[in-house]
Amino acid sequence: VMNEVATHAPEANPASAKAEQNCPTTDSVSDAAQKETMTGAQIIVRSLIAQKVDVVFGYPGGQVLDLYDELYLHSKHIQHVITAHEQGAVHAADGFARATGKTGVVIATSGPGATNLVTGIATAQLDSIPLVAITGNVATTLLGKDSFQETDIFGITIPVTKHNYIVKNVEDLPGVLAEAFEVAQSGRPGPVLVDVPRDVQKALFSCNLDWQGENDQKVENALQVKGSISFSSGEISSFKKAAELIASSKRPLIYCGGGTLAAAAQQHVIDFADHIDAAIGCTIMGLTAIPASHPRNLGMTGMHGRELAIRAVDSADLIIAIGARFSDRATGNKEHFTQGKSFIHIDIDPAEIDKNILVDVALVGDMNATLNYLLAQLPGKQNAAWQKEIAEMRNSFCGAGTSRHASFSAKNIIKAVQERTDAETIIATDVGQHQMWVAQNYQFEKPRTFLTSGGLGTMGFGMGAAMGGCIGKSLATNSAPKKTVLFTGDGSFGMNLNEMATAVSQNLPLVIIVMNNGVLGMVRQWQSLFYDERYSQTTLSRATDFPALAQAFGANGCKAHTLSELNVALDEAFSAQGPYLIDCVINEDDRVLPMIPPGGTINDMLVDEEEKGENCG
Amino acid sequence: VADSKIIIGVLVNNKPGVLMHITELFTKRCFNIDSLVVGMTEKPAISRMTITSIGDVQIENQIVKQLSKLHDVLHVAVIPENKATVREHMLIKMEVTAETSSAVTEMINAFAAKVIDFTASTVTAEVTGEVENNDRFVEASKEYGIIEICRAGAQALHRGNTSL
Repeated sequence: VMNEVATHAPEANPASAKAEQNCPTTDSVSDAAQKETMTGAQIIVRSLIAQKVDVVFGYPGGQVLDLYDELYLHSKHIQHVITAHEQGAVHAADGFARATGKTGVVIATSGPGATNLVTGIATAQLDSIPLVAITGNVATTLLGKDSFQETDIFGITIPVTKHNYIVKNVEDLPGVLAEAFEVAQSGRPGPVLVDVPRDVQKALFSCNLDWQGENDQKVENALQVKGSISFSSGEISSFKKAAELIASSKRPLIYCGGGTLAAAAQQHVIDFADHIDAAIGCTIMGLTAIPASHPRNLGMTGMHGRELAIRAVDSADLIIAIGARFSDRATGNKEHFTQGKSFIHIDIDPAEIDKNILVDVALVGDMNATLNYLLAQLPGKQNAAWQKEIAEMRNSFCGAGTSRHASFSAKNIIKAVQERTDAETIIATDVGQHQMWVAQNYQFEKPRTFLTSGGLGTMGFGMGAAMGGCIGKSLATNSAPKKTVLFTGDGSFGMNLNEMATAVSQNLPLVIIVMNNGVLGMVRQWQSLFYDERYSQTTLSRATDFPALAQAFGANGCKAHTLSELNVALDEAFSAQGPYLIDCVINEDDRVLPMIPPGGTINDMLVDEEEKGENCG
Repeated sequence: VADSKIIIGVLVNNKPGVLMHITELFTKRCFNIDSLVVGMTEKPAISRMTITSIGDVQIENQIVKQLSKLHDVLHVAVIPENKATVREHMLIKMEVTAETSSAVTEMINAFAAKVIDFTASTVTAEVTGEVENNDRFVEASKEYGIIEICRAGAQALHRGNTSL
């Protein structure tokens, strides 16, 4: 395998960038600013304000009392949303980030408060979501003594953060916080944790922290989409090789991942696809980067992808991966996946190159600049035979189905919901069958409208994410919270339904669709296919009355057994003020199809035979 | 692709927690660590590590790239074995008797090692050499009886005027 790697990450000068990391905020401070003596807690809150943070999610406790006191005093600058559980708070901060592209912030106390964040931090890590988690800890004098509510959250979160800190000296705090945001949102985004012992929150430090808007310009610049950049000769030769591969390709396919959204490069990807006449398939994380209605978009690829997309990936002679990482769920059997194809990999993270599959050419760096430059190297081309092949496949394969064909199926439920939403509506999911059904069937038209735990697959993600997305969208558009839909399952919803309390206290207009089949449907699907229908611990035998539960929380809810009941319920839900839950009773044997069994190939694909031809939407 | 020995030099910020970030990366990514040596450089803010591992070229590339992503890692480079000077420091305490004493001394001299402590029944030697040299010393010592060993792990610099 030829292996040429070009690197031109905008932050690709780590030595020089890192050399300045101990100089707290000097470049964001105007010379005229006066030094001011502040507590650590004040430094934290003012740093958040300086970072343009308008909302934080969290839960108070003994070791963050000083921080919460400052939040109280600065409540006109920063809204704080208290959740029912720290996990809900971290998923909300994550959902906020996914919906807005801004860095989400979560605060928790030491010990159990901090450990309750771990699943949410790992969720953000696997999906490269910018997040800053701030935890309190016991005073430095009590660290290491197994003090009350002490835990080494720094040690615990090393594997699940992009970077993390414990700040033992207050003078390090301004620099660490500025750096935490920089690390979280630069390059490939990710979560950063900052642990601040209680005595550091109380300690005084004199500095000239700019927190009242002087660095607006700097924040704007950091968020600006970078369009052009200069390349080294090594990089230029990689571009040449990529251009040759594209020129000689007859069946090019762009495999578009979540990195496209992180780089806000959607339009560049579409322009590039138009220029080289390529088809586009999306990973679950890249799903909203290309409008579902775009003629080049074949839909989701991978284990539960659309048959059209899976077949096109299989027939392609060149895969151009853009901001995607060839996860096992996206590729299936890697030997089969790579057979008879060339690969170009465009990513901002050099470590993704040759991690999961070996590629022919790698272009590492800013996606917009890379696509711009690559496009300029290439004459436009047409692949008429390829487009004809795709058009034929489009007529033959639809793919998404549930194996049984009752009218009250996930597909029809999703369709009924979509009739009442618009392109900007935020759709969140939990994890399992309902998540795949939504990914397959909901027609996403706008970037960042789909909040789902793609990499970690975190059941219980949805409630927090929906709340964070709803609040984020409202703040970003400076408008009242808009209808936000959560698709969940009875299993997933059971994990964090306590956040109904938060949705009520915040009066968030969530429409919660529980696809209730009384079983852990995805695990059951695997048990029925691969474990001879031995349903070990997946039949829940619960008697939870979800509408009554919603009412107990102060929300509204009802049950739907049929499409007509659902339509009535949806009309009510979409005109309700606060959260509204609809308990949709579906069959326990509905499946997610197509399915390529784990490690399998397209030849092992299970499809829904009836979902073909005229049934294709 | 065959597995081979990998020697990597790493410059890092000399801060608490850096070693943890590095060792955790090796655990998480299932990279092997044969040895890891760390010490301050001429600049107190920067430490240098020598990490030895085993794997094929793809693993070697992944180790370098994944290490480079760590925030406190300033520079990473593979030091190819044929372009490296590699040494390991070892302390080894052996049993001696009146009968074996002179043979042990002879062995220590043959390896150009140093006696740094001795009693009527023990000899402690300080051995510095290539890792394989130290392996051979350990093998040879077994005949006399080893009480304990303290090996520091491989340290490596590029030959000639190449540096990290």
